[in-house]
This record gives sequence, C-alpha cells and structure tokens, in this order.
Amino acid sequence: MGELFSQYNVLGAFGITIVLTVLSALGALVIGTVVAIMRVSPVGFLNKLGALYVNLVRNTPLTLIIVFCNIGFIVNLGMSVSDDFARNNLVWATIGLAFYHAAFVCEALRSGVNTVPAGQAEAARSIGLTFGQSLREVLLPQAFRGAITPLGNTLIALTKNTTVATAIGVAEVAGLMKTMQEDRPDLMVPIFLVVAIGFVILTLPIGLVTTHLSQKLAVKR
Amino acid sequence: MKFGRISVMAVAATAALGLAACGGGTSGGSGGGSGSVKVGIKFDQPGLGLKAGADYTGMDVDLAKYIAKELGYAGTEFVEAVSAQRETLISTDQVKYIVGTYSITDARKEKVSFAGPYFIAGQDLLVRADDTTITGVDSLAGKKLCSVKGSTSATNVQKKVPGVNLQEYNTYTLCVDALKAGNVDALTTDDTILAGYAAQEANKGKLKVVGKTFSTENYGVGLKKGDVEFCKKVTDAITKYISSGEWQKAVDKNLGPAGYKPGAGNPPTPAACS
Repeated sequence: MGELFSQYNVLGAFGITIVLTVLSALGALVIGTVVAIMRVSPVGFLNKLGALYVNLVRNTPLTLIIVFCNIGFIVNLGMSVSDDFARNNLVWATIGLAFYHAAFVCEALRSGVNTVPAGQAEAARSIGLTFGQSLREVLLPQAFRGAITPLGNTLIALTKNTTVATAIGVAEVAGLMKTMQEDRPDLMVPIFLVVAIGFVILTLPIGLVTTHLSQKLAVKR
Repeated sequence: MKFGRISVMAVAATAALGLAACGGGTSGGSGGGSGSVKVGIKFDQPGLGLKAGADYTGMDVDLAKYIAKELGYAGTEFVEAVSAQRETLISTDQVKYIVGTYSITDARKEKVSFAGPYFIAGQDLLVRADDTTITGVDSLAGKKLCSVKGSTSATNVQKKVPGVNLQEYNTYTLCVDALKAGNVDALTTDDTILAGYAAQEANKGKLKVVGKTFSTENYGVGLKKGDVEFCKKVTDAITKYISSGEWQKAVDKNLGPAGYKPGAGNPPTPAACS
C-alpha cells in the first residue's frame, strides 16, 4: 500500500476532491437558498420558475451536466476561463456540481421551512414585517436549523459525486484510481481500499458533525 | 442472415472433424473444445475492436476469431473488456482470452499471462490534416493535448513533456470532437487507435496521424496466468496468422484506409510461453 503512495500523488488527488467539494458546496448553498426563497415566495411566477429549476436539474444525470459543462460551454461556446485545461475543467466542474446540488439544497431548505409553524409566518406579517424581513428574521434561521440533517446528506452525496468530474479530466481521486488500475493491476485490491477508506475519512465526520449539530441546534417548540 | 448461420455450421463441422482427427489424448483442462468461446475485446475502438449494432469489426476482432477457429471453437461470443477490468475478467474466467489493445507489461504479468506479441504499436499523435506545426513529441511545447483519463498514454506523455497542457476525457470520441472543433491541437495514444479514428468516414481527410512514435506497445493476447498449454496453442495460432498472410490482410483492411503502415518490427515474432 505504501508503494501506491510513493508512486502516485494520492493525497494531492484527495486534495482536489476536497477543493471541488468545498467550492461546489458553497456554490450550491448560495444557489439553493435563492431557489428555495423563490419557491416559498408569494410571487407565482418565481414559484413556478423555482419548481421548474429543481425538477429539471434534479432529474438530469450528473455525468451529462458535467460533460455538457465541458463540451457545451468550453468546446462549442468557447467560454474558457483559463488556457490551462486543469484549471478550466476544475472551474466548470465546480459550476456543474454547484448547480446540480443546488436543487437538493433547495428541497432540503424547503423541508426546513415547513418545520416552522404557519402561525409564525402569519404573526411576522401581521406585525408589519415585509416578506424579506420575515424571511430573514423568522423563517430562514429556523429553516436552516431544521434542515441540517438533509443538508448534511446532500453534502455527503456531493463529496462522492465529485468523482463524476473525472469524465472531463479533473485530476481528482476517481481519475487517479483509473490510472492506478491501468498501470498496476497487481495492486487492484489496495487501490480500492485506499480510495474507499479515503472517502470514508472524508464523509464520516460530515455525518457525525451534522447529527451532533442537528440535535444541538434543534428549535425547541 | 442465413449465410452467417451456414458458415458457423461449416466452422463447427470443420472443428468437429478436426477434433475427431486429433484422436484421443489432446482433451484436457485447457484449450480446444467445441461450443463457442467467450473473448474479451474493446467495443469502442474503430479499426481495432468496434461494436456496431450486432456486428464486430476491427483488427483485434479478426485475430480473436482466427484464434477461436484455430483452437477448434464453433464460434466466438464477444464480451466488452474495459481496460481496468481486463485482469479481473480473465482471472474470474468470465472470458477465455482477451484481444483488446492489451500491452504486455511486467505489472500486468503479475495477474495474467500473455501470448504474443501479435502487433507492435507505439504512442503517436493525431492532428488536424492542415496542421504542419506538430511533427512529433518534441514540438508539443505550448500545444493543447488530449487523451483518455487513466490511460498509459496520458501518463507517458506527461513524463515526456513535463507540464504539458493535457485535457483528459473518459472516451477518445470526445477527444476527436474537441480536436475537430479546434479546442485541442493533438490527440495522443497508440498509433493503431489513432489510425482507426483517422480512417472513420466522418474524419476522412480532416485528421492525420503524425507517424512518429515515441513509445513501444507490444500487444499480446491476455489469458489465464500460468496456463502454459493454452498459451502455446494461442501462440501457434498467432504465428500461423502472421505467416499465412492473414495478419497483413487484417491490417490493410482495418487500418489501411487511413494510409497507416505498421511501424518497424512488424509483424513481430511471438515470444515463447513461460
């Protein structure tokens, strides 16, 4: 197993996986929150638009989205952010992952909003808060706290879904695994173990932390 | 396909006769026998191993069928042998042997045995037909290159040209598209695979193989590790394949349309089994 670590940059590949995960998680959180607000807003058009986004993106295979980010945006539309392929693909893979998981973040937040009793929203409006104010001061803080567990699930799924980025050549773990399998079939089992254990090390703490937080931050009613 | 059925029956009959002529003594654990044999090939490499509908074409496919015939099997049943799964397919008996641009390497010999080589390929470059700036691996500085993620070619070119701007996809087809769209300047992998793409109808006249190889890939037939008896039979089949002229015919038919000529050392002499 030590042979793998000396011959290949395993830690570097996991580093790229972590970078992909963190950046696209942040992107997904921002986009997902916006879409969730659209879906709970009193404006019918925004409602429909948000629902359309979620149902369209959630039901599209991730591989298709990621490959389209490369073939569609970079190759055919020439929307390159850098002449360096490695950087270009990392950026577009992050964008693709963020937009895909935003749909799940949105639904997680919406489930959080549903934990807030309807009476609170009505009370907030009746004391004169605007929709934006009641969202900011009353609804969203409780929604986030109520949605920690589903958000954690989405983050774990996102961590593992970064492996799809190998389809367009991002140098993360799944790509390295292919290289190692091609070069060193004699070490097939250690290769699988290293990758599997690596992902468990990445995702297990997420699960533990979100379970802990969801209990600690639960809104007592 | 009445014709196909008749020819299969003819092959089966011949095989049966052949076995009968052999008499007793040759039956045993490995090699030979009637029925069809499961063979691993590539499904996505034009000119080498390509599945189009229910038909299989390519140089590797022709050899796979020839070996099956020589060994006395009634027919072949093709199984897709993805690069990373080849060793497992053989060691778990899911296929009897693999003919799928399978380079003989020491690391692979730990898991499987090889008969051959039956072809000597080398890593080369595929460029747009009007491109005169790329003449070999030395002229790649500042160029955009494409290959398949996890392939030996990708690893190799990164060693030869440190810091090369390399786009990696999961299939060669995407590389070919990016090359035609001008997004990359060259596609690199074995010259046989490149010739197969250059010979495709959609790419004729648009792409060309540079023709200056910078690695040596000895293609072998992968089979169960340590099965020397079976290895010897396959080696005999390959030797006969080459000496009978079938080898040249297969190369001309499958890779010829792109103007591809096999490099030095071809056709090779298969190594002895051990």
